[in-house]
Amino acid sequence: MFDRRLIQNFDWILFFLILAITAISILNLYSATYTIKDIGGSQIFAKQLYWFMIGFFFFFIMATFNYFILERLAYPIYFVSVVLLIIVLVVGKITSGSQRWLSLGPVSFQPSEVAKIAVLMVLAKFFRDQYQSGHKEYELKELWQPFLLTGIPCCLILKEPDLGTAVLIGVMSLSLILFAKVYWKSLLILATSAIALTPLIWFNLKEYQQMRVLTFFRPDMDPLGSGYHINQSKIAIGSGLIWGKGFLKGTQTRLHFLPEQHTDFAFSVLAEEWGFIGGVVLLTLYLLLILWGLNIARESKDRFGSFMAVGIVSIVFWQVVINVGMVTGLFPVVGIPLLLFSYGGSSLVSTMAAMGLLMNISMRRFMFQQGS
Amino acid sequence: MRRADFDPVSIEIFNKQLKKATLFVLAVFGVLILRLWFLQVVTGPTYRTKSEKNRIRVVDIPPFRGLILDRNGKVLVDNHPSYDLYVIPEEVHDEKWLLDNLVKMVGIDPVVAEKKFAQARHYPFRPVCLKNSISRDELAVIETHRFNLPGIMIKVSSQRCYVYGKLASHLLGYLGEISENQLKGGDCQGSKAGDLVGISGVELKWQSLLNGMRGGEQVEVDAAGRKIRVISRSPPVMGSTVLLTIDKDLQAQAEKCLKGKKGAIVALDPNDGEVLALASSPSFDPNIFIKGIDKKSWETIISSKSCPLQNRALCGQYPPASVFKIIVALAGLEEGVINPRKELFCKGIYAFGDRKYRCWKRYGHGKVDLYKALKESCDIYFYEIGKRLGISRIALYAKKFGLGKKTGIDIGKEEEGLIPTPEWKLNRFHIPWQPGETLSLSIGQSFLLVTPIQMASLISAVFNGGHLYKPQITKQVLMPDGKEVYGFEPRLNGNVGIKDEYLEFIKKALTGVVNEPHGTGRMAMLKDVTVAGKTGTAQVIATEKEREAAKHGKTSLHFMNHAWFVAVAPANNPKIALAILIEHGGHGGSAAAPIARELIRTYLKVDGS
Repeated sequence: MFDRRLIQNFDWILFFLILAITAISILNLYSATYTIKDIGGSQIFAKQLYWFMIGFFFFFIMATFNYFILERLAYPIYFVSVVLLIIVLVVGKITSGSQRWLSLGPVSFQPSEVAKIAVLMVLAKFFRDQYQSGHKEYELKELWQPFLLTGIPCCLILKEPDLGTAVLIGVMSLSLILFAKVYWKSLLILATSAIALTPLIWFNLKEYQQMRVLTFFRPDMDPLGSGYHINQSKIAIGSGLIWGKGFLKGTQTRLHFLPEQHTDFAFSVLAEEWGFIGGVVLLTLYLLLILWGLNIARESKDRFGSFMAVGIVSIVFWQVVINVGMVTGLFPVVGIPLLLFSYGGSSLVSTMAAMGLLMNISMRRFMFQQGS
Repeated sequence: MRRADFDPVSIEIFNKQLKKATLFVLAVFGVLILRLWFLQVVTGPTYRTKSEKNRIRVVDIPPFRGLILDRNGKVLVDNHPSYDLYVIPEEVHDEKWLLDNLVKMVGIDPVVAEKKFAQARHYPFRPVCLKNSISRDELAVIETHRFNLPGIMIKVSSQRCYVYGKLASHLLGYLGEISENQLKGGDCQGSKAGDLVGISGVELKWQSLLNGMRGGEQVEVDAAGRKIRVISRSPPVMGSTVLLTIDKDLQAQAEKCLKGKKGAIVALDPNDGEVLALASSPSFDPNIFIKGIDKKSWETIISSKSCPLQNRALCGQYPPASVFKIIVALAGLEEGVINPRKELFCKGIYAFGDRKYRCWKRYGHGKVDLYKALKESCDIYFYEIGKRLGISRIALYAKKFGLGKKTGIDIGKEEEGLIPTPEWKLNRFHIPWQPGETLSLSIGQSFLLVTPIQMASLISAVFNGGHLYKPQITKQVLMPDGKEVYGFEPRLNGNVGIKDEYLEFIKKALTGVVNEPHGTGRMAMLKDVTVAGKTGTAQVIATEKEREAAKHGKTSLHFMNHAWFVAVAPANNPKIALAILIEHGGHGGSAAAPIARELIRTYLKVDGS
């Protein structure tokens, strides 16, 4: 049965926000790879268009079916994704040093992207079940399940190793847990124990591991590696001034001083060529997307849907904050791409799938009986 | 339809949380936008200047690879400057003209160069290597025409140099481009794609220490890519120096003796297992791998029938032939199955079952005791001991002397050899063991296989009181600051467990082999030093006729026997133990023993004749 109201309820605002970010992204990607187009640049650009098409396909798939069934399927999907993570560690393809990819015939994908959505679903289900049994605020010991459900895939992903995705899943879960409301006392315990544990772990690390952590927080200690990247990125962004150097005119970009200019540092290209105005426009689009997502959570009359919406929004939020924070030199270097904006098929498709889920929740916000 | 979840109280709480989240999001985005404002508007002009005038680059400084020296400190492997020809595309005005000139001056391939140019155009300020290690003459030509060749530059880099070319090539190993697996594995930390790493031998064994640590500079360059100033620098750390136990002169002499032949020589210090020389022939020049070997030459090396890359001293497996009699004699004594003084009569033929087994001396040795049997290498005597011992006891003693397993030498691939047993044969061929095979085994034939290094270790054990030392090739590894990271220590593989009096007896007999009339190893005799040794002539399956023809050069060499000689000198105070194998060399006494003599003379620095 397909309800006509669904089409009436199609969330045009969400759709146009995504479309707008996507359009800017493609324009920017064209510029970022413009100078290398003879040796594969145009391919990168065309590939991303193709990935967007696949992404929209997944977007609509994820929007059509009724998301209620995910509540029942949450644990099976979670289980499958954990199994996939184990499989990838055993037989996965190794690319540039880590084992993240799994091939199914001609298609390769990263199980860690599936795990991201799976964790989101089980946590949403957990909090809805708790809600139905009357829970409104949580103590620490009542939260062992979400911690465990997050911990297992995170550890497996760290082993690949893929620090970026593991961090992302971690902060997403933490956001959901905090959103579900935790007693102040419990929060305090959590924070103090985390602080207390830090030196314990620190002194158990080998010297080179300590060095790695230090450069993680202070890239200037590694002037040839991440420190160099950040320096170049800051020059690119800063030299854009208010109005930017103009489309295809970024010198940092054209001369390849920027590392990873089409992936992790795509935002720097935009900021160099379109200046402060361009950067603010893009950030505003993300901000609107996040606020609109929170609105979807508010309008949904179903806790499972609300929590999923909040989770998806938190993924968007953290990815933007970590990436932009990194390229502007606020945060340490973590390899997290800017979602919907950086080049990369797997992360794009999974983001579009998550957006589709958000659309799904939004479209079904009125389909409820009045509760008693 | 689903029930709405929210009761009014809950909705209130939920909306409150949403409000908090919204405020948090707004605050963080505020910070991000402020940050952008700060970077682009407040400090923007500074960055604009930086991006226009000066640009920052990272320049690699590769480390010097550690040296490899012999036991007396002679440099075997060094680094030499290599002059590489680069071009900066941005500075070139007339590409075609430049290329034409370069083709004339340094003989680069114009097609390859054009391709490189095309790729380089997208990174106009980045120097592109047109030719590695140009010769001094070419360098002179380039330097004199420098003013006429805008965009051309010469970079000096350090290149691995094997000082003596082919010398000890199997042992030193060679370098090759790092493989993808190595890049991912932890062994080659700090290496990058395109780096050269050790592929075999000492270069591989001590790769991580030899390699050192890459350094780098963060430099400011101008729009043309020229260095303006160094912002920060982390200096490279030179690789450690590796001192080998090898004696360069002895090694050179060993390789000279093997020239034009196929075979292997191992020289050990019998008292601790230090490898004094380890040669395998044919060999190769590791320098060819440095300049980048082309596919064709590589295929020639790989497919060559004589396998120059194979280290025959460790991987060549041959029947030990009469050398094995040392073990059989000791087993017979230790097990009490023979009385060394009791004589046997050798008439050249030994009847066993329905077959006749021959001695190498057609009409026999006459009366033989154990001493004479060893000295003149009488086969009949050993058939008898073998029969009395039986296969399992022979196999047991072979094992005690380290046969059938790797010696554990610290470099390279090594083969185990083979001690055949009835169980093994049944498994392998599904045919039961024939009693006659025990006889063949007791003179070192049958399926028995050993490597030259095992033989050197065996003869060392006989003369050092029964200790089987693990052969080792590294004496010391020293950090650039002189700190020792590794030092040689003798390591025991085990003890052969034979009574001293029996060992003494064998030592005497082996001295007789070289120094007494009718001894088979007389060609190893030296005036000033007492040499002891044992010959061996390993049969290659062939008919008598074929062997005769081969001897006179009428057919292929492949029908000739392998020649063995193991030796120790001086016999009463052993300083060097040798195992020599010449493939298809003929008799051990004539093909291998003279080599032992040469090597002992070189090592102990005594006069000949």
